Amino acid sequence: MTKGNVAITVERCKGCAFCVEFCPTKVLALSPAFNSKGYHPPHVVAPEKCNGCDLCGMFCPDFAIHGWREKKA
Amino acid sequence: MSELVSLHENPTEQFLRTDRMPHIWCPGCGIGTTVNCFTRALLDSNANLDKVSVVSGIGCSGRVAGYLNLDSFHTTHGRAIPFATGLKLARPDLDVVVYSGDGDLFAIGGNHFIHAARRNVDIKVICVNNLVYAMTGGQTAPTTPGDALTSTSPYGTFEPSFNLPQLAEAAGAVYVARWTTYHVRQLAKSMFEMFNKKGFAFIEVLSPCPTLYQRRNKMGDGMETLRQYKELSKRKDGASTSEVGLTRDGEIVVGKFVDRDRPDYATLMKAHYQHTMGDKYVETGAIICQ
Repeated sequence: MTKGNVAITVERCKGCAFCVEFCPTKVLALSPAFNSKGYHPPHVVAPEKCNGCDLCGMFCPDFAIHGWREKKA
Repeated sequence: MSELVSLHENPTEQFLRTDRMPHIWCPGCGIGTTVNCFTRALLDSNANLDKVSVVSGIGCSGRVAGYLNLDSFHTTHGRAIPFATGLKLARPDLDVVVYSGDGDLFAIGGNHFIHAARRNVDIKVICVNNLVYAMTGGQTAPTTPGDALTSTSPYGTFEPSFNLPQLAEAAGAVYVARWTTYHVRQLAKSMFEMFNKKGFAFIEVLSPCPTLYQRRNKMGDGMETLRQYKELSKRKDGASTSEVGLTRDGEIVVGKFVDRDRPDYATLMKAHYQHTMGDKYVETGAIICQ
């Protein structure tokens, strides 16, 4: 499987959890931590499962997350 | 993580006025999702971004123009389409996109919508439909489906609502599609197709309004609505638009309903004036360049 990565801009997150719900490989979960606005941002719980499809980036209404695929060497 | 962020920027980032982030849309609102799809479609289409302009009206989705780092204009209420028509006539080289909400485009600006569609002005209209007037406090909109509670109808609405794809088709739009914010890939593809279409193209995007519609109707948050979209939506490409009306809890028919060709306004105008005025006719684009 293609190796993917996901990057989260914690401070923009409003905790809607769309990325957590619609991640096809269930890479994300809502973090128990808060950001400065008091929302629970997502964090990566299963990085090895991420295939970089960027569906989280398409769903995120706050432009706070995106995924990408690592180029094969 | 911060190193990764700098190495790999969010594809939407280059289109945003980042000094205005975070935006004011509520948690669970779908407008940001539609912006993601719009930017992915722009990237795919390899459009010259200096030639893309976004016009918005008033409302929550009207703020898109202010957040996008393109040539954008935030017009008065309901007048996004007249402004866009003028812009397209004066600068035919621009790709003009109208990005607005259901209240702005179909209530206050309903008249402009049908006439722009009738004339087949070459503008692209994206309507983010959240079923109420959200920014002004959740009043009944022409798209509010039957029996929904709003701030102006505490006992439920009884008015029949607009079926936007049918209205657009009847008025003469050449491209009509409906998606929800759950259908992100399909929506991005549809927007891409819209850019390549000459004439009046219209996409309706159903979007949750957790603060003013879902909450009042005890329909849960934005996530609940997306789950509902997933469950209730049914893709029927080419379906007759008269059969795709929305009800409060019924099936949501999504897909591309109309894709046809008609001569657009600029083509007709040019042909007519060249016929009647002959050599005296000078195109608007040529006048402005001088």
